[in-house]
Amino acid sequence: MLTKRIIPCLDIKDGRTVKGTNFVQLRDAGDPIELAMRYCEEGADELVFLDITATTEKRKTLATLVREIATHINIPFTVGGGINTIEDVSLLLENGADKISVNTSAVNNPELINQLAANFGSQCIVVAIDTKIIDGNWTVVTHGGRNPTLHKAISWAKEITDRGAGEILLTSMENDGTKAGFAIDITREISTAVSIPVIASGGAGSMNHFKDVFEIANADAALAASIFHFREISIQELKNI
Amino acid sequence: MKVVIIKYNAGNIQSVLFALERIGMQAIVTDNTEEIRTADKIIFPGVGEASTAMNYLRERKLDELIVSLKQPVLGICLGMQLLCSHSEEGDTTCLNVFEKVSVKKFISGNNEFKIPQIGWNTISSLHSKLFNKVAEQSYCYFVHGYYAEENNLTIAKTDYIQPYSSALSFENFYGVQFHPEKSAIVGEQILKNFLDL
Repeated sequence: MLTKRIIPCLDIKDGRTVKGTNFVQLRDAGDPIELAMRYCEEGADELVFLDITATTEKRKTLATLVREIATHINIPFTVGGGINTIEDVSLLLENGADKISVNTSAVNNPELINQLAANFGSQCIVVAIDTKIIDGNWTVVTHGGRNPTLHKAISWAKEITDRGAGEILLTSMENDGTKAGFAIDITREISTAVSIPVIASGGAGSMNHFKDVFEIANADAALAASIFHFREISIQELKNI
Repeated sequence: MKVVIIKYNAGNIQSVLFALERIGMQAIVTDNTEEIRTADKIIFPGVGEASTAMNYLRERKLDELIVSLKQPVLGICLGMQLLCSHSEEGDTTCLNVFEKVSVKKFISGNNEFKIPQIGWNTISSLHSKLFNKVAEQSYCYFVHGYYAEENNLTIAKTDYIQPYSSALSFENFYGVQFHPEKSAIVGEQILKNFLDL
């Protein structure tokens, strides 16, 4: 049996792990390598690192950090944030990342997904979709929910699948930071609509939320950040439910 | 011991290198024929597309070199598939070390089985030195859209849509469909076992 995956996410700013609510009120959550190693020991299935620094100058330090992480952990990890070109991806993969995640750059230039899939294989291309309800429709948004796009979440999910995405990282901005549970309806709709794995993100607050998103929404993986960083939920216990 | 990782246009070599470092082994990454020929252990990694990878190997005559090797060789993921006879991916004639073993595309009748298979699945019916100290039903990390059928060279099985070969061996050649370099402690044990062969 293929297992459902539990994925801690580390938001990285200036080489530290931070976590805020809706991209504000960032609080320091520790050294990313120490956290990553702790998660490996606790049985995390994968890790995701999102660089929220995203200035060109500081991106070189990201590659160094990726390398440092890769030497210390023995499970797969995805790196995202500010990836715009094939060269950006090459640099991260050369330093030991297993997959990369694109979001805004894919919305601005959907052809990028085709290019990345052709160059590196679909298996290493995660496309992140941030979505919230606008006028009654789940709509794709960027910049932490501030900028709506013309895409509806479901049709965009189908389009990126056709373009060669290997996985979808779906974040509901309605649920993110609430700890009230994942967005079951849209996760289920997208998971049913596409043939690639869907990682649900946003809203995890209890063990049962994970159970629900796997069993009711049919997500293939679930991602969370602060509840793991601050030990509100133990990954080990979560794996046993 | 000289351990060589074959360098070609299929990624994730870095992960293999780091995994070997974690178990205390420095490996050389090279496409140099002489370096490969004189190695004690050879790892043939791979993430990518079968026909592109085979073309690359043929252009550099690495195909002939690989099949002539007499020391232990470990193919990982695409590396394992390229050691088979044929792959449906790009209708590719492969190296035919694992004779008459063909690689097929996963076909899912519904969305219950996502393709590619990405994540942790169990390996069972283990029978090879490669799996010393590895328990039946251990979890390993898989990422693949094509699989090798079960056959008489199968040394580990996994079930996804149907049972298939998650590891193969013939003489000095071994192949694993999963990524030992990303399969936590179990993966490290398998890499150690390979180095101990």
